[in-house]
Amino acid sequence: MTNPVKLEIMIPSNTADGLGAQEKLVSLMEQFEYSMRDVFAMRLSLEEGITNAIRHGNKFADDKSVIIRCDISTEKMRVVVVDEGAGFDPEDVPDPTLEEFIERPCGRGLMLMRAYLSICEYSDGGRCLTMERERNSPLPILED
Amino acid sequence: MSKPDRRIDIEEISGVTVARLLEKKILDEANIEALGQELFALVDKDGRKKIVLDFTLVEYLSSAALGKLITMHKKVTTAKGKLALCSIQKDILDVFKITQLNKVLTLCTNLDEALTKF
Repeated sequence: MTNPVKLEIMIPSNTADGLGAQEKLVSLMEQFEYSMRDVFAMRLSLEEGITNAIRHGNKFADDKSVIIRCDISTEKMRVVVVDEGAGFDPEDVPDPTLEEFIERPCGRGLMLMRAYLSICEYSDGGRCLTMERERNSPLPILED
Repeated sequence: MSKPDRRIDIEEISGVTVARLLEKKILDEANIEALGQELFALVDKDGRKKIVLDFTLVEYLSSAALGKLITMHKKVTTAKGKLALCSIQKDILDVFKITQLNKVLTLCTNLDEALTKF
């Protein structure tokens, strides 16, 4: 049995460092022997959540950082991503599957996180994202 | 043989351009941008109109990569051509289904099936 681990990483507002943080967290999942499906789901969510914080939150500003806090146990992984941006209202993000938006090249990150995570919640005016995935969570039922 | 800095490997089969994506993880922003430029050049620079994107090697892709595929689809359609995607791993296929892009893009099980679409 592996004891729970807590980890905090502070990164500058660039996506290369975001990817480095993502790799550390994925390594932790592998140490805890999460399934390939869990790792896929969490890696995708981390990519979307951290990139959003860097790009849309901090707008790549040199003087702003992103803080990533992780709690992992054998049962679940919880990651909180905090940026220093102006915030946003997740309700303002349009549904990318609607006919008028389906061919837009952006706006799918939030939808993917909601699909792959047990919990995907924004707080502090959109500056704080809480992501949680329980081990072996099911995916939505998908039609062919 | 591909140059090491290329993101796609190109082959012509019966008048169709088959572009094999070489990156396992299409996540990093700089990589996605470079991949987009290589894909768009197939249409904008080379004037190719029948294109298959082969996803055999791809294990991860992000929403930013999906954005490039949608832009590619639009470019090919505007040029009155056709784009098909093939050999997509199960986890990635789920990403297309969740975002319902399977209704916009032509997804094929394998290269043989993709080549029948032209």
